[in-house]
Amino acid sequence: MQQTDTAPKPVTMPKLNREAMVNFTVMAILLALPLWASSIGEDYYVNLASLITIFAIAGVGLNFAIGQGGMVSFGHAAFFGIGGYTTGIAAFHSFEETLFMAMPFAVSGTNQMLIIWIVAMVLCGIAALAIGAISLRTEGVYFIMITLAFAQMIYYFAISWPTYGGEDGLSIYLRNELPVVDAENALTFFLICFILLLSAIFVSARLSGSRFGAALGTARMNETRLATSGIDPFPIKLTGFVISAMITGLAGALFAELNGFVGPSMLSWHRSGEIMVFVILGGVGRLYGPVIGAALFVLLETYIGEWTQHWQLLLGLALLGVVLFARGGVMGMIAGRARHD
Amino acid sequence: MTKPVLEVKGLHKSFGALQATKNVSLDLKPNEIHALIGPNGAGKSTLIGQIAGWITPDSGSVYLDGEEVTNETVASRSRKGLGRSFQISSLAMEVSARRNVMLSVQASEGSSFRFWKQTKSDQDLRETAGNWLKKVGLGGREDIAVSELSHGERRQVEVACALALKPKALLLDEPMAGLGPTGSIQLTEFLEEIRLEIPILLIEHDMDAVFRLADRITVLVGGAAILSGSVEAIRASALVREAYLGEEA
Repeated sequence: MQQTDTAPKPVTMPKLNREAMVNFTVMAILLALPLWASSIGEDYYVNLASLITIFAIAGVGLNFAIGQGGMVSFGHAAFFGIGGYTTGIAAFHSFEETLFMAMPFAVSGTNQMLIIWIVAMVLCGIAALAIGAISLRTEGVYFIMITLAFAQMIYYFAISWPTYGGEDGLSIYLRNELPVVDAENALTFFLICFILLLSAIFVSARLSGSRFGAALGTARMNETRLATSGIDPFPIKLTGFVISAMITGLAGALFAELNGFVGPSMLSWHRSGEIMVFVILGGVGRLYGPVIGAALFVLLETYIGEWTQHWQLLLGLALLGVVLFARGGVMGMIAGRARHD
Repeated sequence: MTKPVLEVKGLHKSFGALQATKNVSLDLKPNEIHALIGPNGAGKSTLIGQIAGWITPDSGSVYLDGEEVTNETVASRSRKGLGRSFQISSLAMEVSARRNVMLSVQASEGSSFRFWKQTKSDQDLRETAGNWLKKVGLGGREDIAVSELSHGERRQVEVACALALKPKALLLDEPMAGLGPTGSIQLTEFLEEIRLEIPILLIEHDMDAVFRLADRITVLVGGAAILSGSVEAIRASALVREAYLGEEA
């Protein structure tokens, strides 16, 4: 490997496709393993792949805020949790055949995933609009702290809401349904998550390459430039923040389906940190970085966690290594520095 | 009398006990280069900040093409026709010169809330940006990352970004700083050309350039505009010599 040779001339060189190859390989492995595991009847591994995929979606969401918009949100667990609770609450009312609310118009629960996903994303969008509208008036470490504070508020709100389990959380007794396919089947559910991951990455890539993406990217690189070019940074960043939250919210909805459970831990600040770890470990701003980050995280947790509960020590070391020696994360180590045109 | 393109009326700004801007009024007429000079600490930066919109004045107003913009944001003033370059270039360093100008072009065309079409394959956008870069003399350097360009080239990119917004007035903050002798001569020639289309408010330390280019000069000392007049008047003024040019003049 000669990645050090590429360092001095990073930008205009058409050193295409190394990253594309890595992306393809990672996605191929992520798809192949559960197919194989399912064929030998090991649903445990299929679910593990689903978990990686769902975490990756959450990471893709946060990566859009951090990598594209430069908004280091330490409160994305709020959106992950709102997505999860949307699923849990919808399923709860559907199961109990009660109404979510009766006034001013009746809203019942539902067990249809498609509806739940849309509602989850809309709710996350609204929450992000409110949180972003306030948080984006600050910068740097204050932004990190204020997003954390908002997520903690929602966390404590969930804990103190007994209707939906409070501290104990809420079980989803039957996995919600999709038209045509049987989402209860582990492999089918994995494939659904995988398709949604691909969609999230595709949307993220399209948006990054659009005029909006150019403006958002400039907000990260140099906000003064953006304003001087006649584009107000605030609405651009707020829109980026909302989109980011919606993607992470979708991941939360899937996470609740996978576990058949939602609890306040989905909203805790540890979760925000984990999602950030996916992004940093994989490589900030790299489209497929969160997939690598989430995979490493889950594999470390599962396999190292099997023989020592101190697996996070290793995670910490890995993170330290990445931050100190490979600013582009694992993706940067394998595929070289990010390219711009 | 020709109507001023840019007009500043009675600006005041204090930071605590420090009066950084004291009742400053000045204007910029079509086709002229109006230079703003003053020793370090005279309040030039604060004044520019108020004109461009980074700093809100305590009182007074700023007009652009007859319209009051005192309460407008930086971005809004840019869209309404105030182009500017910075003392230290302020560009997106990681991306190409073309990318930087493309952003101004897209702003001048209206909305940045277009989410699907890829700018990479938007030939109109790319070419328009390329043409602005050619105009400032950066033909052939369009696709090089700004971080790889020289100081002078970066300033040219900034000017291209400003021109792409089709400004009514240009605010150039020490454009000669960091340029070699050839660079300054080239830029001087370029500014002579530009002024025919767009008047320039020039903040500059290089006195040769100022005396060569400017039609009018305003001298800022201690936050106040102590004198404003033609190049000859300023050269001749004892007040300016004392306050600014020093005893050797």
